[in-house]
Amino acid sequence: MSVNARTLATLAVLGLLAAAPWLLPPFWVANILGRALVYGTIVLSLTFLASGGGFVSLAQMTVAGVAGYSVAILAPDATPLGFGWSYAAAIPAALVAAMLAGLLIGAIAVRTQGIYLLMITLALAMGITLFVQANTALFNGFEGIRGVVGPVVFGVPFRDPNLFYFAALIVAAACYLAVVWLMETPFGLALQGLRDAPRRLASLGYRNALHRIAAFGVAGFIAGCGGVMACFYNIGISPGSIGLGATVNTLVMAVIGGLGHPVGAFIGALLFMLLDTFAADLYDRERFNTLVGSVFLAVVVLSPDGVLGLLARARQALRTALGVIAPPPQPVGPRP
Amino acid sequence: MTLTLRRRGLAAAALGSLAAPALVRAQADRPIRLGSIATLEGPFAAGGQDAYRTMTLALEAVNFTVGGRRIEWIRESSNAQADVALARARKLIEQDNVDIIVGPLSGAEGLALRDYSRTLVGRTIVNGQSAAADTTLRDVSPNFFRFNTDGGQWIYGLGTYVAREMGIRNVALVAGDYAFPYTQVFAFMLEFCRAGGELTKLWSPLGTSDYASVIARIPREAKGLLVIHGGTDALAFLTQYAQAGGQLPIIAGPVTADQTVMSARGPHRRLMNGMISAGPFVDDSDEPTWVEFVQRYRRRFPDGLQAPSINGVHYYINTQAVLRALAQVNGDLSDNQSAFQRTLAALSFTTPMGTTVKLDHNRQAIGANFIRKVVERGGQLRTEQVAKFENVTQTLGLPQDKFLALGSASRDNPASCAAIPA
Repeated sequence: MSVNARTLATLAVLGLLAAAPWLLPPFWVANILGRALVYGTIVLSLTFLASGGGFVSLAQMTVAGVAGYSVAILAPDATPLGFGWSYAAAIPAALVAAMLAGLLIGAIAVRTQGIYLLMITLALAMGITLFVQANTALFNGFEGIRGVVGPVVFGVPFRDPNLFYFAALIVAAACYLAVVWLMETPFGLALQGLRDAPRRLASLGYRNALHRIAAFGVAGFIAGCGGVMACFYNIGISPGSIGLGATVNTLVMAVIGGLGHPVGAFIGALLFMLLDTFAADLYDRERFNTLVGSVFLAVVVLSPDGVLGLLARARQALRTALGVIAPPPQPVGPRP
Repeated sequence: MTLTLRRRGLAAAALGSLAAPALVRAQADRPIRLGSIATLEGPFAAGGQDAYRTMTLALEAVNFTVGGRRIEWIRESSNAQADVALARARKLIEQDNVDIIVGPLSGAEGLALRDYSRTLVGRTIVNGQSAAADTTLRDVSPNFFRFNTDGGQWIYGLGTYVAREMGIRNVALVAGDYAFPYTQVFAFMLEFCRAGGELTKLWSPLGTSDYASVIARIPREAKGLLVIHGGTDALAFLTQYAQAGGQLPIIAGPVTADQTVMSARGPHRRLMNGMISAGPFVDDSDEPTWVEFVQRYRRRFPDGLQAPSINGVHYYINTQAVLRALAQVNGDLSDNQSAFQRTLAALSFTTPMGTTVKLDHNRQAIGANFIRKVVERGGQLRTEQVAKFENVTQTLGLPQDKFLALGSASRDNPASCAAIPA
């Protein structure tokens, strides 16, 4: 696709999404699309790190949780009530907290790659989950903090499905466009250099470690945006929201969507939400997780680069069939 | 996959919006849509499974018909996490368009659904088994009803019995670190401390699999062990305590002396035989209603438990309440379910235990509670009745303002026996 075609496609999809409240029933708007956009934003932070710098971090849900817990503790209407700030102060503070958490995790994991990075971020994620579960003074232990309904915007409560949806859409679109833009700036290009040829990058005078930590900070901010929205969506946050299940779900969404392009995060999140919601209707209610697992397995086996890869291959096959251009040589991927 | 699902949803939505005006008129022809949420995943999966067994019994007993209307039952599964229960409830209400939800099963889920039910108009949530006191005590919702007694009520009578009848004045408490045990510990301490007892608290997170550090911290002075763990947690703790050669007499919370734990095989059975516990029902009751209920359960589910579990009993009672109220109003859910909700609130009926249940002004059950002893019969562990208390209120016999003044139950409230006003 040329640059113009790509811009047009982006605008068309955004336009369609913006029209969704008039096209779909409220349940689909808030609880399928809205939820996919919110969790897609969290997944986007992982896709950004993985596609940009080649860092597969399992701590992105945790960073989102830092933002969620921060806003819950600071919010004016939580049970138990923490600091009781206004949302205007609580939300920016939560985003800053998430960015700091991202920077910190990036700094701790700065010397690790591949499976070791995976392990150290997983360990941090589990450590933080167990800590908030055991701490009752600040985080209210197992039950977490409830009743965080979100701000009232222009007189409309945040719980309103349309308001929530548009807020989720604006946040997701802003984060998405920011990532696409960032990947083309010198910062993003250097990040890709860090992925492909770290030594050459260092010899050019880049400070690899700092660059990498900064990328984790950016990802932390994006995850934080998603984390705050998820906290409002769930009317609160508890250790279960950031536990092992949630962490693995984030990775699953990223992988089935495809790590090649930021849009994969949202495709993966949408597919995941559809299955999570409707699998029990389609298959035996006591065994529906089997269906969820089978679909994910099928996607990964059929296409190691997720739904995005499937789409790319389908387009290629179509062009070949129509004889538009000669088929390019098969990409050398990580196929077994 | 995505496409077919989306198309289905769109088609359903289109149909739904077309049919909306006609629905009101044709309400009597439309089936009543009953949703339910129980945990078929996670630490309480066995309990959730049993809940659906007894719900099946209750619905089959009326042949899925009430007041001339068919009942369409839509089951959902949660994993004891508040977020998941909330997502399922939203799906049931907003997508499946159910009129009534029966559920959820665990405490944090109950609080989340109570908050959600407050935002609903013309829909009713009737609890399944969740038993955190605050769900119906503070910040209550007009659309949330609970026909099972709460965690605190299930302990009623136990503290006095342990201190007076068993003569144990120093107890070590082993419990899960969340709302449900907090309520029960609170209720136990109210009685036990007033009867002159002392108590050491040993908390561990829900889902703990290694209790070595807890066992090592049981104080030397303790003469008894109060265990308030459910499901796999109870099994893990009791097994490990038995393997460590533990000898203290066990006093069990209502979910510990439950068939989900007692039906399992292992070294914990040695500790459980003879154990005293409190709870809202007994396995070996002679009440004809109970005998009939258990027989029906065993006949319908030969591979189920020996007797229904606490989850099964409570989902059954709450489903019964829904069915009775629906029968009384002839299936009329019009006018935002106002007649149905009024009838629910005024309902009073005999449970399978042969005792009466009715609701207080917060739509919380006032019901019976039992002191029970675990006995082994024909290789099966069962509970038998030691004492029975009728009409136990949520405030445990105290006036509501006095009870509320004691504060919300938490891991640190009451901090110790010294903190309880005489």
